[in-house]
Amino acid sequence: MASSSRRREMTTAVIDAAVQPAALVHPAVAAALARHEALAKRLPGHRHGWIREMREDAAAAFARAGFPTRRNEEWHYTDPRALVDTRFGEPIVAADGAVTLPGGMPDAGAPKLMFVDGRFRPDLSELAALPDGVRVESLAALLEAGDEALSLRLGSLADRSSFVALNAMLAEDGVVITCTAAPDAGARVHLVSIATASGDRPLAFHQRHVVSVAEGASLALFESAHAAGATPYFNNTVAEITLGARARMTHVRLQAEALGAFQVSTVFAHLAAGAEYDSFVLAAGARLARNEVHARLEGTGAIVHLNGAQLGDGVRHVDTTTVITHAAPACASRQTFKSVLSGRSRAVFQGKIHVHQVAQKTDGYQMNQALLLSPESEIDAKPQLEIYADDVKCSHGATVGELDANQLFYLRSRGIPAPEARAMLIEAFLADALEAVRDERLRAALADATALWWARAHAEAGA
Amino acid sequence: MATSEAMLAIEGLAATVDEKPVLKGIDLSVPAGEVHAIMGPNGSGKSTLGYVLSGREGYDVTGGSVSFRGQDLLAMEPEDRAAAGLFLAFQYPVELPGVGNANFLRQALNAVRRKRGEAELDAMQFLKLVRAKMKVLGMSEEMLKRFVNVGFSGGEKKRNEILQMAVLEPAFCVLDETDSGLDIDALKIVADGVNALRGPERGMLVITHYQRLLAYIVPDRVHVLLGGRIVRSGGPELALELEEKGYGELQQAA
Amino acid sequence: MPAVAETIDTVRDVTEAGYKWGFESDIEQDIIPKGLDEDVVRLISDKKAEPAWLLEWRLKAFRAWQAMEAPHWAAVSYPPIDFQEASYYAAPRQTVAPKSLDEIDPELLRTYEKLGIPLKEQERLAGVAVDAVFDSVSVATTFKDKLAEKGVIFCAFSEAVHNHPELVKKYLGSVVPAGDNFYAALNSAVFSDGSFVYIPKGVRCPMELSTYFRINARNTGQFERTLIVAEEGSSVSYLEGCTAPMRDENQLHAAVVELVALDEASIKYSTVQNWYPGDAQGRGGIYNFVTKRGACRGAKSKISWTQVETGSAITWKYPSCILQGEGSVGEFYSVAITNNRQQADTGTKMIHLGKDTSSTIVSKGISAGFGQNTYRGLVRIMPKAHNARNFTQCDSLLIGDKCGAHTVPYIESRNPTAKIEHEATTSRIAEDQLFYCRQRGLSEEEAVGLIVNGFCREVLAVLPMEFAVEAQKLLAISLEGSVG
Repeated sequence: MASSSRRREMTTAVIDAAVQPAALVHPAVAAALARHEALAKRLPGHRHGWIREMREDAAAAFARAGFPTRRNEEWHYTDPRALVDTRFGEPIVAADGAVTLPGGMPDAGAPKLMFVDGRFRPDLSELAALPDGVRVESLAALLEAGDEALSLRLGSLADRSSFVALNAMLAEDGVVITCTAAPDAGARVHLVSIATASGDRPLAFHQRHVVSVAEGASLALFESAHAAGATPYFNNTVAEITLGARARMTHVRLQAEALGAFQVSTVFAHLAAGAEYDSFVLAAGARLARNEVHARLEGTGAIVHLNGAQLGDGVRHVDTTTVITHAAPACASRQTFKSVLSGRSRAVFQGKIHVHQVAQKTDGYQMNQALLLSPESEIDAKPQLEIYADDVKCSHGATVGELDANQLFYLRSRGIPAPEARAMLIEAFLADALEAVRDERLRAALADATALWWARAHAEAGA
Repeated sequence: MATSEAMLAIEGLAATVDEKPVLKGIDLSVPAGEVHAIMGPNGSGKSTLGYVLSGREGYDVTGGSVSFRGQDLLAMEPEDRAAAGLFLAFQYPVELPGVGNANFLRQALNAVRRKRGEAELDAMQFLKLVRAKMKVLGMSEEMLKRFVNVGFSGGEKKRNEILQMAVLEPAFCVLDETDSGLDIDALKIVADGVNALRGPERGMLVITHYQRLLAYIVPDRVHVLLGGRIVRSGGPELALELEEKGYGELQQAA
Repeated sequence: MPAVAETIDTVRDVTEAGYKWGFESDIEQDIIPKGLDEDVVRLISDKKAEPAWLLEWRLKAFRAWQAMEAPHWAAVSYPPIDFQEASYYAAPRQTVAPKSLDEIDPELLRTYEKLGIPLKEQERLAGVAVDAVFDSVSVATTFKDKLAEKGVIFCAFSEAVHNHPELVKKYLGSVVPAGDNFYAALNSAVFSDGSFVYIPKGVRCPMELSTYFRINARNTGQFERTLIVAEEGSSVSYLEGCTAPMRDENQLHAAVVELVALDEASIKYSTVQNWYPGDAQGRGGIYNFVTKRGACRGAKSKISWTQVETGSAITWKYPSCILQGEGSVGEFYSVAITNNRQQADTGTKMIHLGKDTSSTIVSKGISAGFGQNTYRGLVRIMPKAHNARNFTQCDSLLIGDKCGAHTVPYIESRNPTAKIEHEATTSRIAEDQLFYCRQRGLSEEEAVGLIVNGFCREVLAVLPMEFAVEAQKLLAISLEGSVG
């Protein structure tokens, strides 16, 4: 029933879009819409009416929204122009070609699900090793099959903002995970994204993941994104995560995209009563990175932890934007984000805690801290509280500064060379965010990525 | 003014907390000039009695009556009970960030005086009064400048309660576990403060778990509260007996 | 009834009777017809016999305003304002300017007495000089002579235009340009009066200066303009208070305040804003859309804003500091209360341009009834602001569950040697605090007042003495209403 009413809405939306005068459309928007037109027939499940409608609906939403500019309050500090001005093509090579995997990929001690340029590669994945209670399907396969169950899950949490709509109209593949594994089963999965763009053809791919953790079940999902080539590409991933009552999910992400890449990721997580979502993101790569997390606490006593670190160097721009919606009583949210910036890099942190009137006894806390290592780096922060319930405890804090000269001197006076002392202090600064990652193997993988960034940052400071 | 009638007369008092019955019919009367002790194990309803008497919300009276100096205590708002002369020394004194201790005490005193039809004290008169009281309690004047109970140690908080009591000069004091968290020196000072307030016009109800405090504040009567009822009453020797035997025997009997 | 629910009722109950400044004075007024066009701007300028350059400045602002849109980013909502429906000039009718207080309409003097602002000098507290602005016009400035001895100029803005044109010309619009924003542009076009203060080099102003703003006439907006210039090494403390009659329709108050502090000068600007807030249903009340900005131009200069905002249906103001001089200091201390249907979107901007500049922001927002209270602030550290420092503390207190409290800080740093600390909290008055106070004999209203005053202590502590007492009372009145 829900889907039929949605379909009606879609039809209206398409009509609305048709009324819009074509002359007002930004060339980049027009180009994206043209790509959608050209690819439509090749996209999986095109023969199913509801899938076509869903994509048309997304295209209409995208046509209306266009690409964001700094005039959008949500994008005030992140200018996506470089991304908008790049003309990407979709991957055209066959989805089963040979791939040279990049070096330095972490071993998370979990079965790998491999994605190459946004397409699921069962041949490279360790499907046989999947734990009991974890069902993994390719989104493309389910779309081809016109899976009715999927129609209820896909798009049910996502909003219609620019990049989400862009993803919805162009997504070719993704993973659909359904977890019923009990907490003591320790179910783990490692999702790997490899970008192979090479030559002079910038590539865009739009992965779409759907994850459901059933009532009382537990899942640890590790994601890492890497590049095998050097050509700019655009990874625009959307994930919809549903946690049933008392479900638990640990979600650790390592973003180690190519330094010339564009990356936008939008996660929508909905939590039922007593559920717990524990997320950590390390942003170490990409020229322009935007990580958005929208977590909605819908059942009493749900808990969300969003933590992360953004590491900047060169002219990179990293953005973390979180929106936590407390829509039920007695829920808790905890956030700790750190930014460390060298060279001419720039970091943005926007974090909103929105407490509905029904959400009495809310406990919301957020801390964001930035360390500027160079005179030309920049941090912009916008923590935000929007509160409509009175019996709440909500707070946020923000600090910005450089390495403490006294601490540095103290370490050096004990014989520690300056670069090492700096590294130690940065490590210490990042520690209270990183400590939130309880799995040692994952923490080690994140530490390795941090070390790689530090090598770059340090070289840049020396030069 | 003092009559042979009880200053505080509790009859068949029953009360619930979160709809759970905690007090199940209490009969107790304290005449002016007497100190009564309420003893009992954790969860017997001791603190509830103190809160019901002072009118804390969430403590719902389901039966019985309380007459205080001839007035229906239960029909009064908390501040009117205070003005009528009922004082509760809290087991856990509440912190009031930003509210200066001196200012709080003066406002409270003047509010009570106003209701009694007495003239308010100006800042100088008040300071003179409070300084004298503090000296007796061995409190440093610096505590007046701090915010009410904020950052106070356990002992300082309890002393602050006694200071308020000394300044407000209530007709009747309910001391809720005033000994908890106090070392022996602090206990002595607090007890001295309480004893200084004993007099023929004033009644007291001392709620405590242990006999320890009663060695310093010797009660006229001791009542044992168990499962929401007073199961035994006696003289000061009852406290010693309980110290020796514990509540176990009584619990079995009840 | 649970104590908090009672408090909420108490708070909900602020009715017309709660606003004691809501009377209307029957004074013969000179009001120009409704509507706004270039001719109205010319008419205002003409009524004030202004020099040509000022008329030109107004017209430029008017043209800029016509091309602008009202800001929509603030978290406040109100129906669109029809700017043609208001009159842009109202003045007590007085054919000749009063030479002394004795010549002022006695009804006007009574109005100010009722407001607790006697204008007769002998009745004033020594140490406060007052400029009273009635609707659009400055009616009296007290203690002029005493100030003149020190070289301090404190007069109506229109008077300054005539007597000190070189100063006005030099500084007018130098901090808030004519086309700065929609309401500032409107003000620049139609402002009719306000206060002007000039403190010469090295002079510590011997008394507090105070302006009392009063809106009286119906269907008028008030657009006053205040300019304070503190020369090298000088200092001044300036107080501002406001009230208006109760009316069912909304009235617009769009003021501009510009402060200029030169080397080692210091300006302390305190406001107790008690415009009519509208009734419990949200009918009537003042739209308080104000642009206040100070420029710390000189080294080690200091500008300190303190505001207690209890009135107005809608408050939209961000008293700001541009910290240009090396080692200059900016401060913003604010208490904002919204009760009933009041909305406030207020905060500050601290723009750090110079070395060793520092700023402090302390904001206390209190929401009750259906009130919506937003702190919106910007701390911007520019690349040359080495060793800049900012500390921000934003606390919100909620009374009842129908109101909202929001915090929207923007923090931008482009200098690694800068240190910024920002903290924000939201909480409510705890049941146990209320009970504790009541057990000690305080009424619920007194208890709420005490706790709220405690919550606001850092701000109240920096108000000048006379204002602090008034502010504390106002806080209590705004929250407790007519109960009792």
